[in-house]
Amino acid sequence: MGTSSEPLILTAIILAKVAVVLLVFLTSVAYAVWLERKVVAHIQSRWGPYLVGPHGLLQPVADGLKFLFKEDIEPREVDRLIYYLAPFVAFTMAFASIAVIPFGESITILGHKINFEITSLNVGLLFILAVTSLGVYGIALAGWSSNSKFPLFGGLRSSAQMISYELSLGLALVGVVLISGSLNLREIVDQQQGLWNIVRQPLGFLLYISAAIAETNRTPFDLPEAESELVGGFHTEYSSYKFAMFFIAEYANIFTVSCLATLMFFGGWHGPVFGPHLLRAFLPVLWFGLKVFCFVFAYIWIRGTLPRFRYDQLMSFGWKFLLPLALANVLITSFVVAWRAS
Amino acid sequence: MLPLFYIFGAVAILAALSVVLQQTPVYSALSLIVVLCSLAVVYLLLGAEFLAVIQVIVYAGAIMVLFVLVIMLLNARRETPADRSRMARWLGFPLLIAFFGQILFATWRHFSGLHATPQMAAGPKSIGELLFRNYALPFELTSVLILVAILGAVILAKKQV
Amino acid sequence: MIQDYLPILIHMVIVVVLALALMGLSSWVGVRRPTREKNAPYECGIPPVGNAREKFSISFYLVGMLFILFDVEVAFLFPWAVVYKSLKWFGFIEMFIFVGVLFAGYIYIWKKGALDWSR
Repeated sequence: MGTSSEPLILTAIILAKVAVVLLVFLTSVAYAVWLERKVVAHIQSRWGPYLVGPHGLLQPVADGLKFLFKEDIEPREVDRLIYYLAPFVAFTMAFASIAVIPFGESITILGHKINFEITSLNVGLLFILAVTSLGVYGIALAGWSSNSKFPLFGGLRSSAQMISYELSLGLALVGVVLISGSLNLREIVDQQQGLWNIVRQPLGFLLYISAAIAETNRTPFDLPEAESELVGGFHTEYSSYKFAMFFIAEYANIFTVSCLATLMFFGGWHGPVFGPHLLRAFLPVLWFGLKVFCFVFAYIWIRGTLPRFRYDQLMSFGWKFLLPLALANVLITSFVVAWRAS
Repeated sequence: MLPLFYIFGAVAILAALSVVLQQTPVYSALSLIVVLCSLAVVYLLLGAEFLAVIQVIVYAGAIMVLFVLVIMLLNARRETPADRSRMARWLGFPLLIAFFGQILFATWRHFSGLHATPQMAAGPKSIGELLFRNYALPFELTSVLILVAILGAVILAKKQV
Repeated sequence: MIQDYLPILIHMVIVVVLALALMGLSSWVGVRRPTREKNAPYECGIPPVGNAREKFSISFYLVGMLFILFDVEVAFLFPWAVVYKSLKWFGFIEMFIFVGVLFAGYIYIWKKGALDWSR
């Protein structure tokens, strides 16, 4: 932060940053849905959305408006307060973590050094994990408050799945922290200047990405909403924007874990930088965006290709395979780090 | 920072009252989550940022998840008030007042001169140095504590199957 | 340090307002024509049978419990990893013992069948 003599300007900068980040993030989330429908369609030899705008590019806008005008059904058995609270929690928690994600170096405008991030925390990585761990409530409460069988099963399954994989998710990242010695995301990226962490932590990356896919309830771990057995899972009883908010939260979480994968393992915004001042400032942001896009695309690709696990397989994969492997990765990494230091 | 402290302190107290007064178990559990999160903010305002995130991860994000899961599993409905004894009804409130008065008096007497200003920023580095150098043995003993808890959890669950 | 968290406060306020606005707008704009059948709990088209509040497998409780215990372990690993470079071999041995004790517990729950879901 700068000097405290100009709090008004600083607040304005923060507000502007939050506005820009939220706008970009919401748009990306909306178009991730479009991309998913398009890519999955092409994988299955279909066209996907085509009618609204060129190549269906206006489909997200149409979807957004349609959700708004849809009937807001409130089933009679629900616990009203919690029924409305659940999508709210899912949405806010999904959007909280982008506040600490750095997506570029910095730029100087009119003497103010502006970092490309909303804020930089000493415990940034743990902040994201904390917010993720609170995200479980959106799903558990949705399942409970609906007072209907499918949502309850879906909510229970999902919560059990998410907490199981949260362990491996955290453990997989400990390896990177061992190497960088910091929980500040900006410092972790700065240390990958020469060599990306994927080279030092290949196993950690594989563990992270498997756990992350399960944590965001995506194929092949999308059991919570296994359509063929649980209808819609935890959000079966939700309609109009309450449903849309779960939907947006799911895609926002995909972006968060993709951003984290980029920051922790793929050097964040590092990439070839050249040209005049302005280009130098914005090229890193472009590299960051490209890397995140690759992850989001891989997510969709996996969804279009892989079948779904069975629930008992899913639980034993998490507890009997990922967890011990992640622990082993921590011990091996620490051994190597100590070896090199001495 | 002081107004923020009062706001989140008040939220914590109100939510704590709600934990006790709610009759539906899920509402009590949710209020407890609010208490834990606002306490995390208070820690943050005192400069203990690492403690604050760990508070959220372990208490609000793990222990309370178990509470909510168990409430979902047990199908806990609204509590029906048990028949209160006559003595509890007449003596309860005065005793409560006396208890709080005592706490207030003790706090005022012993801590009125103290100000809660952070002596040092309690980031992950300083906590790590303390925990893994000065308190290495207590840290190792924690593993035994967790081990016992693991055994206990399994034995309890297996008994009920 | 504390001023680093001010942007998060601002961010969260805006996100909360956004969420409330979206939910409020849709329930204000959207039509509302409730009927008895429409508002019934969804059960694949048949009239709902019984109540959804049933008792479930104990395994969910066990998973929650084991999650807490291993989560505490992960909470210890992060500050350890941050200061690891100054601890060196001392830190390695320290954590090796800690993880070793917990690994014994892990083997125990595996052998006891607590990790087998389909039972």
